Amino acid sequence: MGAPFSSGRMWSRLRLAICTFAVIYLVAPLIVVLVISFSSAPFLTFPPPGFSMQWYNNLFTNPAWFNSLITSIKVLIPTSILATSLGTAAAYGLARSNFIGKQIVMGLLLSPMIVPVIIVAVGIFGVFRALGLYGNLLGLIIAHTILAIPYVVMTVSGSLAVIDKRLEDAALTLGASPLRCFRRITFPLIFPAVLSGMLFSMVVSFDELVVSMFISTPVVRPVTVQMWSNIRGSVDPTIAAIATLLFCFSLLALLSERAAARKVKKEVDE
Amino acid sequence: MNKVPKVISQDGSREMSNTKSILELVGVRKVYGSAVAVEGVDLTLHNGEFLTFLGPSGSGKTTTLAMIAGLQMPTEGKILLNGQAVDPLPPYKRNIGMVFQNYALFPHMTVAGNIGFPLEMRGIDAAERKRRIAKTLELIGLPNMGDRYPHQLSGGQQQRVALGRAIVFEPPLLLMDEPLGALDKKLRVQMQLEITRLHRELGISILYVTHDQEEALVMSDRIAVFNEGKIEQLGSAKDLYERPSTAFVAGFLGESNFFHGTVSGISDGRCFMETPYGQLGAFNNASLQVGDKATLAVRPERLFLYRGRDKKPENCVSGTLTDLIYLGQSRKCVLRTANGDEVVALQHAQQVEEPSMNIGEEVCVTWNCADANALNHRAASN
Repeated sequence: MGAPFSSGRMWSRLRLAICTFAVIYLVAPLIVVLVISFSSAPFLTFPPPGFSMQWYNNLFTNPAWFNSLITSIKVLIPTSILATSLGTAAAYGLARSNFIGKQIVMGLLLSPMIVPVIIVAVGIFGVFRALGLYGNLLGLIIAHTILAIPYVVMTVSGSLAVIDKRLEDAALTLGASPLRCFRRITFPLIFPAVLSGMLFSMVVSFDELVVSMFISTPVVRPVTVQMWSNIRGSVDPTIAAIATLLFCFSLLALLSERAAARKVKKEVDE
Repeated sequence: MNKVPKVISQDGSREMSNTKSILELVGVRKVYGSAVAVEGVDLTLHNGEFLTFLGPSGSGKTTTLAMIAGLQMPTEGKILLNGQAVDPLPPYKRNIGMVFQNYALFPHMTVAGNIGFPLEMRGIDAAERKRRIAKTLELIGLPNMGDRYPHQLSGGQQQRVALGRAIVFEPPLLLMDEPLGALDKKLRVQMQLEITRLHRELGISILYVTHDQEEALVMSDRIAVFNEGKIEQLGSAKDLYERPSTAFVAGFLGESNFFHGTVSGISDGRCFMETPYGQLGAFNNASLQVGDKATLAVRPERLFLYRGRDKKPENCVSGTLTDLIYLGQSRKCVLRTANGDEVVALQHAQQVEEPSMNIGEEVCVTWNCADANALNHRAASN
């Protein structure tokens, strides 16, 4: 009896050690960045010699940083709205219809997530230049929307596959037109998935670097591109400050998505 | 339009207030790719009638119902509601109530919200809606439950809400797709009686789908037996049970013993056939001609059991008694003939029992010609 018991204990200890190591490995760089963002030194040194808020201050006073932050937000909001509505509509259409080539349409919609982003970037660069979508907000919004749609389609499709189609049939027999059926029955039921799709699309847009680099100019430049050019020139901890902000934004998005999902689950379980 | 199908009987079906038809199906077919789901259904539903589609799963009954509701489009044929073709109408303009197999209650709405939904869709104002929701809750026996959510209700209660939601807007026709399938036996029997009561009180026409023959017998004015996408027979429960017109109906609705042979004589509505058991007689229910291949179907409870060798001249099948099963109200006797066929006879408790009938004994069954039905050979379809 003793042997399996101790071997079980050994395994659980080993598992704990591996998990701890993995967590440290994943989180440590984030912590380093977080700490450096409050550094008093003008270089990226760790551990920092002292505490200061100057880099956060710099973020909001230095026009290059501040403008890029504003640009990012100006892109993010329309992107998330567009990607969410288009992605939801696409997911609904694909889930509730049956036509030849449905799989191909689905594949095309998801392709920005699968195709290496650098290839997407090159393609968008070529096409957008020709269309005059280079170096302006509209171009960035459209590009980010293309990149964010797959995330919305994925989450909403998953939710649509779970809800019973007969609920929609029932609504139709009860006198609801397809539009009212969607508004009153389908949409409330897939709302949590739509919400998390929207949060995902926000994160995708805020985080996006590669495509943005290809189609932005020093005048219209989202914050990630600004970070990239900053890190190649004079590196100062402002980049750590913005990274911390980006991290907090993603964390917030993720937490609110979880909270929404939990709230819905609770309502269903009651 | 008001043509009454010839199979309707006077005695078996309940009185109908009027015979105007509410629904008519004319040659309705549904094909999915190369698979035929419904193969030419013709049907007339009278005003206020309770008609049941009975059949095994995959026999096309649910598809037919879905076409009436407008959830499926027929490949061919016509559906008339109150004499008007409804084929161009989408489901939300047909004004037909439907109860789904799994109830399909909206999980994010309260009971009152669910029941009020069809009223809301019809633009009925809040006060009137409230009044009618309350009335319906009363009718389905769930007063004061309006604020609950569907998941807080038991299966039987959910069933009632689904029913309430389908009748609150007073549709002239109610479709029910195996609504009691998920309930346990006791609750099912109770709900059967309630649905029959509602049918009577509301005077609504009901099309009901089930694969449970007992349910069909209890509830229906008429029953349409479905098999392989077609209606095998349409008639009152008594018609179907006593005078099945096909071997499928005789076997699906209740139990039957079958004997196969060739028609050798016809007289006076009776039909005599040559079988391995000699000449057997039955009611000629399928207009058989001399020389036709035929199947004779006779119910176990219509058989008389005799012992030993004192054979009667006609309608006699003898064999060895292999089982005697005590069923309380009755006794089931199984005998095996020399040809290897199994014959089941049911003896009512009050029937004079042959004293000391033992397993292994030679026995013989017989019946009155009028109690058996001569049908087209099983393989042939009608």
